Amino acid sequence: MNPSEQPALAVTSLQPATTPSRQTSAYGVVDGLAEPEPYLRIEDINKSFGNFVALKNIFLNVYPGEFVCLLGPSGCGKTTLLRIIAGLEEQTSGRVIQGGKNVSNLPPAQRDFGIVFQSYALFPNLTATQNVAYGLQNAKRPRAEIDRRVAELLETVGLTGMGQKYPSQMSGGQQQRVALARALALSPGLLLLDEPLSALDAQVRVKLRTEIASLQKRLGITTVMVTHDQAEALAMADRIVVMDKGYIAQVGAPRAVYQHPRNPFVANFIGVMNFLQGVVVAPDQVRCGNLVLLTPNNQAAVNQPVRIAIRPEDIRVLSVAEAQTHSQNVISAEVQSMEYMGTGYLVTCAPDGNAKDQITIDLSTFESGALGLEPGSTLRLYLPPDQVQVFAAE
Amino acid sequence: MTVTTPKFPTPNPLFPKRQQVVTREDWLMRILLGLGTLWLLVGVVLPLFPMIGRSFFDPNGNWIGLANYVKYLTTPSLVSAFFNSFFIGAMSMMIAVGLAFLYAYALTRTQMPGKLAFRVLGMLPLYIPPLAHAIGLIYLFGNKGLVTTGFLGVFPKWDIGLYGPVGIIIGEVLYCFPQALVIMITALSLTDARLYEAAEVLGSTPLKTFFTVTLPSVKYGLISALFVCFTLAFTDFGVPKVVGGNFNVLATDIYKQVIGQQNFSMGATVSVFLLVPTVIAFVVDRIIQRRQTALVSAKAVPLQPKSHPPLDWLMFGFCALVAGFTIAVLLVIIFASLVKVWPYDLTLGFKNYDFSTVGGGGYRAFWNSIRMSFYTAIVGTVAVFMGAYLVEKGRGMKWLRSANYFLSTLPLALPGLVLGLSYVFFFNNKIWWIPFTKIAIYNPFNGIYGTMAILVLCNVIHFYTVCFLTANTALKQIDPEFEAVSASMRVPFYKTFWRVTVPLSLPAILEIGIYYFVNAMITISAIVFLYPPSLPLAAVAIVNMDDAGDIAAAAAMSTLVVLTSIGVRILYWLFTRGLQQRSQAWLQR
Repeated sequence: MNPSEQPALAVTSLQPATTPSRQTSAYGVVDGLAEPEPYLRIEDINKSFGNFVALKNIFLNVYPGEFVCLLGPSGCGKTTLLRIIAGLEEQTSGRVIQGGKNVSNLPPAQRDFGIVFQSYALFPNLTATQNVAYGLQNAKRPRAEIDRRVAELLETVGLTGMGQKYPSQMSGGQQQRVALARALALSPGLLLLDEPLSALDAQVRVKLRTEIASLQKRLGITTVMVTHDQAEALAMADRIVVMDKGYIAQVGAPRAVYQHPRNPFVANFIGVMNFLQGVVVAPDQVRCGNLVLLTPNNQAAVNQPVRIAIRPEDIRVLSVAEAQTHSQNVISAEVQSMEYMGTGYLVTCAPDGNAKDQITIDLSTFESGALGLEPGSTLRLYLPPDQVQVFAAE
Repeated sequence: MTVTTPKFPTPNPLFPKRQQVVTREDWLMRILLGLGTLWLLVGVVLPLFPMIGRSFFDPNGNWIGLANYVKYLTTPSLVSAFFNSFFIGAMSMMIAVGLAFLYAYALTRTQMPGKLAFRVLGMLPLYIPPLAHAIGLIYLFGNKGLVTTGFLGVFPKWDIGLYGPVGIIIGEVLYCFPQALVIMITALSLTDARLYEAAEVLGSTPLKTFFTVTLPSVKYGLISALFVCFTLAFTDFGVPKVVGGNFNVLATDIYKQVIGQQNFSMGATVSVFLLVPTVIAFVVDRIIQRRQTALVSAKAVPLQPKSHPPLDWLMFGFCALVAGFTIAVLLVIIFASLVKVWPYDLTLGFKNYDFSTVGGGGYRAFWNSIRMSFYTAIVGTVAVFMGAYLVEKGRGMKWLRSANYFLSTLPLALPGLVLGLSYVFFFNNKIWWIPFTKIAIYNPFNGIYGTMAILVLCNVIHFYTVCFLTANTALKQIDPEFEAVSASMRVPFYKTFWRVTVPLSLPAILEIGIYYFVNAMITISAIVFLYPPSLPLAAVAIVNMDDAGDIAAAAAMSTLVVLTSIGVRILYWLFTRGLQQRSQAWLQR
C-alpha cells in the first residue's frame, strides 16, 4: 500500500477481513451468514496529553463473544485505549458505542464492564470471597444469592475452598484468578484485561493464559486485553490489534498478522523477521546487492527502493545436491555466529555480495550437526518466492 | 507498502469532545473538596490578612502606614532581637542537625550495640515541651543548678552562663534534635546497597565513598532537616521565655508587646519579621525538594551495615553521651519536682504537685489540656485524612485539588505565635471591615472565640502539614486502581473509602492521632494568646508558674505533661497492636 491509499486503513479496520468470532462466539453465528452487529464500536478516538498525542484516529469494532488483543510496545497507546473504553480516561474526541448504546461520556460506574489490572488491585484487607462479593453486596442482592454466585465464580476460576484466604496468603496466579472472578461477578457485557499476566512467573503465565482463553470461550464474554507480549496475543486472541505510536498498525487474526504483516513495524514486532535492502528491477523481481530474487508478492513500482522480508523459519538450507536443482532465490552465505537456543541454533550469516544486511535462520540441533556448521562455514539458503514479502523502503 | 501516520489533530473530528456526565457521586466529592478547601482558607489564609493589616495601624486604630516598621527598625533594642533570633536559629540548626546526622548514621549504618534502645531514647525529647527542657536546664546549669553548684558541693563549681544565648541554644538543640533525627533516619535508611558494593569494587576509600555516595543520597533529607530546625529554633517561644534572661528574641518580643504592653500593632509588626524568614525558608525548601528525583528504585537492595568495632564503639560512646544528656534533663525535671525545697531540703515528696497555692490553674489546667488534646486528635485526624483522601484519590477538579494541597502544606510556614495572634485579630472581631472599602460584614466565626473550639481549630491547623503529608504518603502507597475497580463494580467511592482505604491506612491514621495529641499537649506558642481565663491550660500554666518564680511547681506540671504524652504513646502502642492483630489479619501469612 502506498501512502495515497492511506484512508483505506480506517475502512479496513472498521470491516476486518476475517472475524473468527463467527466460528467461536457463544452466539453461534456461522461463517457465511450476515455480518453480526459489533458489540463494541470505537469510532475516531483521539487522545492527547498536552502536546503528546497518545491516540490518533482509532477505529475498531469488537464483535460479540470475540477476544481482541491490543498489542504493541510500551507507549503505543494500548492501555490508554483500554482506559477510554472503560471511561477511566476521557478521550479528546471520538465515540465509544457499547451494546448499541453511546457510552462516550458516561463515567465508569455507568458503563458495563469488568476489569482486571496487572497489579490485580485486590483489596488486601478482604478475603477472596469478600473481594468477589464486593460488587454483589453493593447491588443489595440477597445473601443466599451472593453466597451461591461467589461459590460458583470461585469454582469457575478453579479456586474452590480458597475463599477464606486473604490475597497476601495466595500466590500471584491465585490472586489473578480472584481478580478475574471479581471482574465477572456482576456478569458484565465486556471484560477488560490490562496486562493481566505480566506480573506472573513465566510458567504460571503460560498455564493461566490457556485457562483464561478457554474460560472466555466457555462464557462467551466479549473481551479486550492489553498486552505487550506477542506470544500471549498470538496464543489467546481471536483478533490482534497491533498498535504503534498511537495508531493502529494492523488488525487481523493471529495467523494473518504473523504471515502477512502489513508493514515492517508489524513484521518486526511480531516474531523475528529478516530484512534485505533492494530495488525493484521488474514487477516480480528485486535486486539485493548482486542478487536478483523472485518476489511474486511485490506491489511496488519498478525502480522503487524496497526492503524484502522473510521469516527465519521460512528459509531452507540446501545441500549441495539440492542447490543444483534450484536455479532461483538461492543465496550463498557465510556463517558469522551461532547462538545455542536449546531446541536448536539461531544462526546469523552474511549473504555473499551483500555486505549491509545479515540473515538469521533457525536450525535444529540435528540439522546443524548434519551440516557440520561452525562460524566461517558456507551455507546455501533458499528463499521460497511465496514467502518473500516486499515493503517500500523507509 | 507503508502505513503513514495520520495527521493529528484531525481538523474536524467526527465526534467532538463531550465532557463525562457529572454524577451525584462526583457532586458529593466536589462539595466535600470545596468545603475542605474553604475551611483551610478560613483556618490558614484569611486570619493572616487582619494580622498583617494591623501592623499598619497604631494602637488606637489610626492608619500610620509603615511607621511601625520604621519604629521597629530604628529602635536598637527591638531590631537586635531580629539578629538574635537569627543567630539562635542558625546555631541551633547546625548543632542539632550535626548531632542528628551522626546519631542517625550510627543507628542505620553501623553495628553499634543497643541500637533499639538508642532509637527510642533519641525520640524521647519529642514528648517533652521545649519549655520543660528549659526548666530542666535551670536545674542543671541555673544559679542553683546541679552542675553550677558542683553537684551541691561534691565537685568543683561550673557556671556555663545559662541565662542568655547559651541556654537558649542548648534548649533549642534538645527541641530540634529529635525532629532532625526522624528526617535523617528516613533519609539514611533509603539507600541501595549495590551503590556501596559498586564503590567498593571500584576501589573507593571509605571516606571517598562517604562523600560520593552517602552524602549525595541524603542531600535532600539534610536540607529539609536544616530548614525544619532553623524554623523551629527561630520561632520558638518556650525556651527563650524561661532561660533567655535579658537576651531578646522575636518570639519573646511579640509576647512582651501583646501580653505585657497590650500593643497589638507592634506585636503584629514583630510577627511579620518572624513570618517573613519562615516563609522564605519554606519556599526555598519546597523549590529544592521539587528537584529531588527518586534515587532509590523499587528494586533497591537494603544495606546491611558491616561490623567495624572501632567505629561501632566510637558511635556507641557518642550516642550514649547524647542520649544520656537528654535523659539527664528529663530525670532532673522529675527529681526536682519531687524535692521539697531545692537545693536545701532534698527530701522527696509530692508537695509540689499540690497546685492549690500557685497560679496557673493547677489540675483544672491539666485536665483542660488533656481534653483539648483529645478533641484535637479526633477532629484533626478526621479532617486531615479526609482532606488528604480527596486530594490524592479524587477524580477531576484538578485545580481545586492542587489548591487544597498547597493550602495543606502552608501551615508549616506559619510560626505558632503568628498563627495565634492572627486568630485573635480574625476571630475576635464581631464585624470585618473589607479593606479599602466602607463595607463591613458580620463575622460568622466570632462565636467560637474564647471557647475550646478555637483552641482545637488552632491546634489542628498548626500541626496540619506534617499530618497531611503522613496521610498523603500512606494513601500514595495504596493501589490507585482500587477506585477504578470499585467504579467498574458500581460501588460508590465512599463505600470503598470506608471498607478498604481506611482499614489499609489505619497505622497512618493512628500515627496522626498521636502526633496531634502529643503536640496539642505540649504546645504553647499558638494558644498562649487564645486561651480564655476560664480555660487554663497546662503548658501555659508552666510559663505562668515560671514567671511567678514557682519553678518547682512548673517542674511538677512539666512532669505531668511529659508522663501523659509518653503514657498516651504507650497506651496507643498497646491499643494499635491489639487492633492490628484483629483488623489486620490480612498482614499475616
